[in-house]
Parts: sequence; structure tokens; C-alpha cells
Amino acid sequence: MTAGRVLGTETEFGITILNQGGFNPVAASTAVVNGYADRQSRIRWSYDEESPGSDMRGIDVEREGDFDLDTGLVNTVLTNGARLYVDHAHPEYSTPETTDPLAAALYDKAGESVMVTAVAAAQRLLGIDERMIVHKNNSDGKGNSYGAHENYLIARATPFRDIVGHLTPFFVSRQIFTGSGKVGAENGRPDVGFQITQRADFFEEEVGLETTLKRPIINTRDEPHADPGKYRRLHVIIGDATLNEVQTFLKLGTTALVLAAIEGGGLPGPVVLDDPVREVWSVSHDPTLRHRLTTNDGTRLTALDLQWSIFEDVDRFTRTTGVSAVWIQVLDEWERILTDLGRDPASTSDRLDWTAKLRLLDGYRDRDALGWDDGKIRLLDLQYHDVDPGRSLYRRLVTRGHIRRLFTDAEVERAVSDPPQDTRAYFRGACVTRYRDALVAANWDSLIFDIGEETLKRVPMMNPLRGTRGHVEKLLDSSPDAATMIRALGGNDG
Amino acid sequence: MAEQKRERSSSERRGDASTEQDVAPAAADAEITERIDDLLEEIDSVLEENAEEFVKNYVQKGGE
Repeated sequence: MTAGRVLGTETEFGITILNQGGFNPVAASTAVVNGYADRQSRIRWSYDEESPGSDMRGIDVEREGDFDLDTGLVNTVLTNGARLYVDHAHPEYSTPETTDPLAAALYDKAGESVMVTAVAAAQRLLGIDERMIVHKNNSDGKGNSYGAHENYLIARATPFRDIVGHLTPFFVSRQIFTGSGKVGAENGRPDVGFQITQRADFFEEEVGLETTLKRPIINTRDEPHADPGKYRRLHVIIGDATLNEVQTFLKLGTTALVLAAIEGGGLPGPVVLDDPVREVWSVSHDPTLRHRLTTNDGTRLTALDLQWSIFEDVDRFTRTTGVSAVWIQVLDEWERILTDLGRDPASTSDRLDWTAKLRLLDGYRDRDALGWDDGKIRLLDLQYHDVDPGRSLYRRLVTRGHIRRLFTDAEVERAVSDPPQDTRAYFRGACVTRYRDALVAANWDSLIFDIGEETLKRVPMMNPLRGTRGHVEKLLDSSPDAATMIRALGGNDG
Repeated sequence: MAEQKRERSSSERRGDASTEQDVAPAAADAEITERIDDLLEEIDSVLEENAEEFVKNYVQKGGE
């Protein structure tokens, strides 16, 4: 665990234009990405599928030739190493690769700031007066959901059945601190006033490859963007997009610790739930946290009981291995959130979106005697997630000191422009900053340059932990242009 | 990176949880209520104008 784990998030944002029921979300999302891309150069995304077998030597020039470049201009790569693009009918931001949950939460937050700038640019690009509004949420309340995914690089050697066995009860129960809260139920689930998560109603399978229908608790998509012989990428789709920084840190950090304990063989046999899918809905539908889940031997326990049991196993395992400070911080926050949720869920409103939102809605319901289906309550539920700092209700709570933060605004802005230093995102982001005119395309595991020769030059980056600042800063500093850098790399092989 | 060991027992903390119920005095309750009222008034000033209309028009395509 001390070496860190490669992880990151992808967020699809809700998008709308005020008073335009029939607006085109694809055109609007495209304007968001292109508006932002116009501020830099139009670096394309490469869908080139060819993966070199191994580049354990580090960064190298692999081959020359023609590549399958995305020409739709709805993809771009940012100076912080992130990807901004259109997915279906939503603008989507993927963080650069990071090695700890604190950095991942920071770059996740930076995505909101990117979106604010991008929306302003899109509005100018489209020449519209009506306000374009972007929400960091996961549902429109009418049965349509869009994702907030987490990615964790895990050892290929770990049996996938162990991952499924341990993660299923963990994912079902972690909802009590990963939800961002939602008014009402969707997708045919039983009616409820308020529930813990935005996403639970949309999960219908235990394990599967789908992400758009029949969504599974454990998603089996496996494109590691790294040596597939050694790694798989765990693509987690059962989570909400979260605004609270502590919550994002908790969501990513606890999951990474559970994965480390599974890989290390440090967990006793998992609790087996009788009907995990139904329990996903039931846990989310009970903000009092009293619902008891049924295990396959008939035992009944709450999501909080289940979390305590997983926490204690992971805590014990982690204490025997010794870890760096950030992981201790995860354990401390995890223990504190479970303690506080057990005492009084409302006491966690400084750290969790769902309890903060619930307090706000209860305040309105009390003051104005409103029912859960009142338009104003539903509006509050949406506007909590508005990324515009002037409109965001989450941001109002921050300004009033109701919310605990992990980062300053200045740190977030730095993360918008600067890449993480300890992964290949550093090389990617630095090349966007330094050689944007020559960089014609990029993707997670390669960069493609046009240095004025007959063929394009592709630099593969199959190892996420290569191309760090330590590895490439000297090379970049001594290369005034991309051609020099490519030549230096070319002379490097052997 | 600094290695640390955790010594604290989580089950002790867990046992504490049920006994930590402190009852807020009435004066503090009143203060909290006032602060929430104040917050709601501030939020009223930034809420989208036509709630019903906004919510009705808010339709997203599925994603992922």
C-alpha cells in the first residue's frame, strides 16, 4: 500500500439551458468541450487500439505511422492531464491518474472548476443569452441516470471472485457515506420521500458488463490502460458524484483500502447477502439507517453494522502492514463517519452531501410546510448540485462555514492547471503545456506528435507510474520543442 | 514515506458512540434555528425563479 495505488474518477455532468425544454444536449455538451478546448489547442483523443506489449523501460518512442484519430473535436486533454469530452449527451471530465485518494479528490473537485469555465465559454460560442446550467449530479428525477465512475488499478493475480465476494457487501453498505441524496424514487422502485443516493434505483444486477441498462453492482469492464498481464482496472459504477471533498476522499480511500486488504489476503470470508440488489435499494431508501440486511444464513444486520465489521477487518490488516499518512487519514475519517452516523446522521452534514441536503430540505419543509413532491423541494434537490458558485447550494453551505473542506480554492485552481507529479499524467499534462502545437492527439497510454516529418510519432506510456516528474522533468527542461524531446527519447532506447 | 502504526482500538470508539448523546440546551437550539432561517432566506435569493417549470423542463438523456 505504501507504493500507492493508481486511481481516478470520471464524472458525467447534467446539462440544461434555462427555459429551453427542447434544447439539444449533444450540441450543448459539444460546445462545453470545444469552448474549453479553444482556450488551448485542439488536441485530439486517439482511439488507436494498439497496445505495445510492455514498456517497462519507461517512456520511449514506439513507432511511426497513421493513427485512428478522433476528428469530432469533442475530446480534449487538459494541462493537468485530465480528459474533457462528450459522452452520450453529457459533458464528462476524467481526472488524471493519481496515486492516493486525497489527490484524486482534489482533481475530482478541479473538474467542477473546469466545468464552470467551460460553460461560460460554451455560452459565448453558442451566442445564447439563456443561461446554460451544469449539475454535478446523477439523475434527472425522471428515470434517467448518468454516471460517476471510480477507477482503481488492481493486481491481475487477485482472483476476481474474491473481488466480487468482498466488494458486494462493501458497496451495498458504503452507500450510507457515499450518497449525495435524492428526493423521491425512480425506475419503478417503491415511492420514498428522500433517499440516501442518486444511483441506487438504477442497479439491477449483481455482476455484469453493462453500464447503461441493467446496471450491475460490480462492473466487469476491464481496459487497464496498463500492462494487461499484470493489472486490471476496476471500474466502479455504483457511486454518486459527490461535492463534499471529505466524502469524495472517503469514498475513494475506503474502497482503495478494502482492495488492498483483498489483494493482501487480509480479510476473513465476506458476509454474503441474500439479495444484494434489493439491499442496494433498501439501504438507500432508509435515511434513518435502521434497515436490516439479510445474509444467506438468515442473520440480519444494518448497513452500519456491516461497515463496522469491514472497517475493523481492514483496520486490523492495515495496522499489521503499516501504511503512509494519507491512508491513516482514511481510516480515521472512516471510523469517525461510522461513529457519527451511528450517533446522529445529521451530525455528518459537514462531511456528507446527503445529510447536508436532507437538513436543508427539512429546514424548508418545516418553514414552508412543503411536501416531498413540491416543486420547490425538487428544485432545491437539483440546485444543490449546480456547479456555478453563485447558484450552487452546496457552495452556500461552504461559504457559511457548514462544510468541512480538504482543499483551499487556490489548491483547486492549481490542480486545474498542473498535473499530479507522480504518474504518467505529469508527462501528458506537461506536453500539453509545453508542446501543444506539436501534440496532435493523446489518450491514457500514449501521446502522438507531429514534428514536421513525414509520419507522426507515437510515445507509448503503458506504465501509469512512469513519466512522472522525477522521470521526465530533466528531459522536458532540456527540450525546447517536441522534435528535440522525441529525438532525445529515440536515442534512449536499448 | 513515513510509516505509522495504528494503536487505537476501533471497537472502543464504537462502544463510546451510544453514550455520547449530549443534549443541546434550549438556547443553543434557538440559535441553530435562527441560523437555519437565515440560511434559507439567503438561498431563497439565489433559487431559480419558477421552480415547477424548471423541474418540469429538467430532462436528461441517460449516460455512461
